[in-house]
Amino acid sequence: MRLRTGRIPKPATALALAGTMAALGLTGCAAEPDPDTVTVLNSATDAAEHEANQDFFDRCAEPLGLEVEQISVPAPQIASKALRMASSDSLTDILELDGSELPQFAETAGLRPLAETGVDTGDFSTSSNTLGSFDGVQYGVARSVNSLALIYNTELLAEAGIEPPETWDELQAAAAELTRGDTYGMAFSASPDADGVYQFLPFFWSAGGDEAQLNEGGGAAALQLWQDLVDAGSASRSVVNWNQQDVNDQFISGRAAMMINGPWQVPVLDGQDNVDWAVASIPVPEAGLDPVAPIGGTVMTVPKNEDDRERERNAGRILDCLNSEENQLAWGERINNVPTREAAAQTYREQNPKLAPFADLVTTARSRTAEVGTRWPVISDALAGAFQSVLTGQSSPEDALERAQQQATAGE
Amino acid sequence: MTTATQEKKAAPPTGSSRRGAGRRRLYQWLFVAPALVYMLAFFGYPLVRNVLMSFQEFTPRTYFTGESPFNGLENWRGVFENDLFGDALWQTILFTIGSLVGQFTIGLGLAVFFSRRFHLSAFVRAILLLPWLVPMVVSAVVWRRIMDEDHGVLNSFLETVGLSSDGVAWLSSPSVALLSAILVNIWIGIPFNMVILYGGLQEIPRELYEAASLDGAGPWRTFRSVTLPMLRPVVTVVLVLGFMSTIKILDLILALTGGGPADSTQTLGTLTYQLSFLQLDFGQGAVVGNVLILISAVFAVLYLRVNRADHQPGK
Repeated sequence: MRLRTGRIPKPATALALAGTMAALGLTGCAAEPDPDTVTVLNSATDAAEHEANQDFFDRCAEPLGLEVEQISVPAPQIASKALRMASSDSLTDILELDGSELPQFAETAGLRPLAETGVDTGDFSTSSNTLGSFDGVQYGVARSVNSLALIYNTELLAEAGIEPPETWDELQAAAAELTRGDTYGMAFSASPDADGVYQFLPFFWSAGGDEAQLNEGGGAAALQLWQDLVDAGSASRSVVNWNQQDVNDQFISGRAAMMINGPWQVPVLDGQDNVDWAVASIPVPEAGLDPVAPIGGTVMTVPKNEDDRERERNAGRILDCLNSEENQLAWGERINNVPTREAAAQTYREQNPKLAPFADLVTTARSRTAEVGTRWPVISDALAGAFQSVLTGQSSPEDALERAQQQATAGE
Repeated sequence: MTTATQEKKAAPPTGSSRRGAGRRRLYQWLFVAPALVYMLAFFGYPLVRNVLMSFQEFTPRTYFTGESPFNGLENWRGVFENDLFGDALWQTILFTIGSLVGQFTIGLGLAVFFSRRFHLSAFVRAILLLPWLVPMVVSAVVWRRIMDEDHGVLNSFLETVGLSSDGVAWLSSPSVALLSAILVNIWIGIPFNMVILYGGLQEIPRELYEAASLDGAGPWRTFRSVTLPMLRPVVTVVLVLGFMSTIKILDLILALTGGGPADSTQTLGTLTYQLSFLQLDFGQGAVVGNVLILISAVFAVLYLRVNRADHQPGK
């Protein structure tokens, strides 16, 4: 029996070892971060984007004697990552969320109202402030915002002698006219996710659709427009699979004469010389109406940190500095978004005439969550179901919205 | 067990024997412990949590406050009243059966084909492994381009050979999209099936084939009476593993169609993803997860049954 005398670690030793390891692991999680470091959770996973962010953070942190450390995860994972961090009490000092995700975080009472962090957004556009608000309280500040506009191939429109369409009728006529050979007149994203819904909203809202009552108001007309564009062959049947990136790819390869897209595509559009492009406002149902586009972008929030309010104050100071007129303008130009301070937006508009339609659109744009708050994800899903079933010929616009409304209110 | 071994040895004094037995038992447990701890920590705990979660109101708030009040069957009711659940379940079944049948038959065919050695057979077999090496999301993105209705290679090919005149809406028609997803998944799964079955074929003793041919069996007869029965254990493994990985399909569908068009490719996997990570309703997401686990468990038990029958003494 060598077993008895063999050099097997005694159970006690093994247990002690395991215990130490577990203890080390636990303390590792709870380690106090450096008091002079402000941590940020954002979605700047792209190297250039990460660096640009760091540049702005450093610009603000250095005079305050602080340092900023970014933790970046892909945008779709921000929410779940932040929740996991919250449950282990290790949430960062600044949390940068997509505007549409804010209500769910604000509802948890885990975010500090912006007014208490010393950030003043009085001079910011109303639409951008609603993007960071939940239940009338502002929790997040947007440095810059984006929206959607009609981007068109100047060469193709000039050849056909067509002006960028301003109304839906003009849009349909122009799209039909521009559809030739391999090229569709119009491209948009109707994928069953956030991209498609974002693109549907300017039409839905401009027609008078209401996200709280999907089957009332003029929403069905927007579905009809999309269906007509596809049925007439002016837009590909594949739009139901295209996200906004795909739409841009189609446009750049010359397979679409016009598209709906946002200013984040500008670097890609600038980086190619296959097509010449320009931006126009979103077409409206009838001449004279104002387009109502969705407002998008990220908001920076300050999670509560009851144990160390100083960290919250530091975060507030950084946010304040990032949102100075000068910094907003520089940031807006860096990422082609419109600054949220009205004065900065005005300067931006003058300095970037090519993107001016975006600057105009965001002044009347709406936040997706302003009216429905935390119910947005369910409503977004219901809307996606509606345009997908209409575009694939499975139901009429009215029936689709009827069903979507049932779906959106099923849990109540 | 312990007593039996004890008796074999010359009986030592009673006191020390008892201590020895206790210690031996302790060592036995120590050997089992790592596996046990691992199973409990990484399978047992999440499983129990998932079941519990499906009876709780588990929302983003829970992560901040730690409160997750029990809400009885509310999550379950919510899921079962959702029309999408029935559709997703049915589509998951179709997807799984379609994929398995396709993967297995083609995989088996190729395995039999390659088991006859011929010039370049090893090389071609290696090439056929490629789909297995490509990450699923990459395959899906590539197939999305191939199956594009207007400019995809697949439609151009069909038009060139005259099989279709105006292009198949592979991914944009609700009546075709699920079939397209199945076809892509079959393509992805063939290498796995082929490799395992090929390995199984190599294990079959040559003498059996010689005996069969002496008895005058033709190729089909040999295949049915020698190859298939000898391959049975491998076949069960391939099918069960294939089933497990297919039923929970998520990444392929997300990258290929995103569950669309018009929810025609929603599966239980995409539904639980949607509920948990987009709507952040973790309770309802857990319900769908539990249904998936339940289905897998049923098949796991069936597999164990079959396996046990195979290994019974005298067989």
